[in-house]
Amino acid sequence: MYAQMVKTASDGVKSREDMSPEEAAFQAKIDADIKIEPRDWMPEDYRRTLIRQIGQHAHSEVVGQLPEGNWITRAPTLERKMILLAKVQDEAGHGLYLYSAAETLGVSRDEMVEMLHAGKMKYSSIFNYPTLNWADIGAVGWLVDGAAIINQVALQRTSYGPYSRAMIRICKEESFHARQGYSAIMKMAFGTPEQKRMAQHAVNRLWFPALMMFGPSDKDSVHSEQSMAWKIKIKTNDELRQQFVDQTVPQILYLGLELPDPNIKWNEERGHYDFSDPDWSEFFNVLKGNGPCNTDRMKDRVGAWEDGEWVRDGLMAHARKKQARKDAAKIAAE
Amino acid sequence: MADVDNKALFEFLVRMGDNTLILGHRVSEWCGHSPILEEDIALANTALDLLGQTKMWLDYAGKVQGEGKSADDLAFLRDAWDLRNVLLVELPNGDFGQTLMRQFLFDAYHSIILGHLLKSSDDEVRAIAQKASKEVAYHLERSADTVVGLGDGTPESHRRMQAALDYLWPYVGEMFETDDIDRAMASAGVAPEPSGLRADYDALVGRVLADATLTIPEGKFAHKGGRNGYMHTEHLGHLLCEMQWLQRAYPGCEW
Repeated sequence: MYAQMVKTASDGVKSREDMSPEEAAFQAKIDADIKIEPRDWMPEDYRRTLIRQIGQHAHSEVVGQLPEGNWITRAPTLERKMILLAKVQDEAGHGLYLYSAAETLGVSRDEMVEMLHAGKMKYSSIFNYPTLNWADIGAVGWLVDGAAIINQVALQRTSYGPYSRAMIRICKEESFHARQGYSAIMKMAFGTPEQKRMAQHAVNRLWFPALMMFGPSDKDSVHSEQSMAWKIKIKTNDELRQQFVDQTVPQILYLGLELPDPNIKWNEERGHYDFSDPDWSEFFNVLKGNGPCNTDRMKDRVGAWEDGEWVRDGLMAHARKKQARKDAAKIAAE
Repeated sequence: MADVDNKALFEFLVRMGDNTLILGHRVSEWCGHSPILEEDIALANTALDLLGQTKMWLDYAGKVQGEGKSADDLAFLRDAWDLRNVLLVELPNGDFGQTLMRQFLFDAYHSIILGHLLKSSDDEVRAIAQKASKEVAYHLERSADTVVGLGDGTPESHRRMQAALDYLWPYVGEMFETDDIDRAMASAGVAPEPSGLRADYDALVGRVLADATLTIPEGKFAHKGGRNGYMHTEHLGHLLCEMQWLQRAYPGCEW
């Protein structure tokens, strides 16, 4: 997942009568569950919204390397270190697929990266929270990837073909991530008192930020309606959040940890768990750049990009020289 | 297989395993900070291969040692003087050029020695070499290509790669030092004497660095003290502080 608060580039859902023939044909395809492909006609607003959504998702995968990378060099066993490296490598790979999917909409990866660095594009709020102890790594896999999967499973049915196909591939890897996260946190929760304390601390800190990953409550989510009509959003924020809570609470109980919210209770009538809303003012603050790690995350990414400029320039210069030598040899041979 | 002194075999195995352990750790430090996304993936992949090899070498070392130690015990509970990696791999990453030059200088040695270990008289050594040599062939291809690309790139990339080579070259010689342990391994047919690998190394490295338009420093001096544990660099202790912290702070846990 990792796309939240994506501003839909439209003034609201148009009625059939207000649509041009092209728009009506486009909407009919979507309603019939026919995928939209890069060369198909599409409304400009659909294209722009998707670039925002897929771009934000790609940036999240890339920035998401940082909180987990924070523990690679301190992983406690060779096996845990290898699992974590493999996971972070997968995330970078997801970033690549998603940038490629966005590129089919006519924007380059470099342009998107520049927009991220200039603060014009966002990444998921969750990655602005720190990873403070080893149990956080288990909790990130279990809760953060777990939340992401709930959204991404739905997005496998999204209307834009390249995005949908990227999601299908990504979901397979994400479910491995969530399982390894839960297995890591099980070791902690069932381990020594210190390990259990780390696990509890991780769950307490990451619970509400994980709930925020689904975006604001439906009543405050102004962008959903058009995106749902276009099937680039499949379920509402609140539906997805409830699904996550229902799935995760029994897992917390199984670990023997305290619930991170005293208001979590099974509601027989609704057939769902009740729970407290996250503190939305905190969420909006994080989006504005005031999360615990926003400044450091961007400093790391911009720094990596700037420090790497000479490498990219060097390799490009070499590729040009090589081509020129090849061309010269060809001419000489003729 | 001829009679092998287990102490010497253990030393040989931890030399192999500590090289990959420490280099894998260094490479993993790049996570999320490389010049381009494809390089983040490639660096993570290299680190992952090296750690997988570490596990195989140190598992076997633990068995040979016969004190019931696992690969994790050896990786996370030995102090610097017991580590047997060459100094080259514990040197800091520096810029991306220095990291890739260090990788290339090690990959070239690593691919040559693994080629010989495919014919080892020791079944387990041979099996590890079979798996590792495929991975390392790819590491070498990638690091050599990058060294050539950056050496023969822009004036700035050339200058940085030459500086990296000048800094790292005095650490190359240690990989080819031969001592009693190496002689014991060679006479048992387990592993070649490192000094005998130098000619192939010079030919391989000379070819790539010439393509990279880089000049091999003239000095013959070689820093040493890593593979016998006599004198590591100051850098290793800091690396171990980070790598071993959880195991040291919370001993006896399962993770």
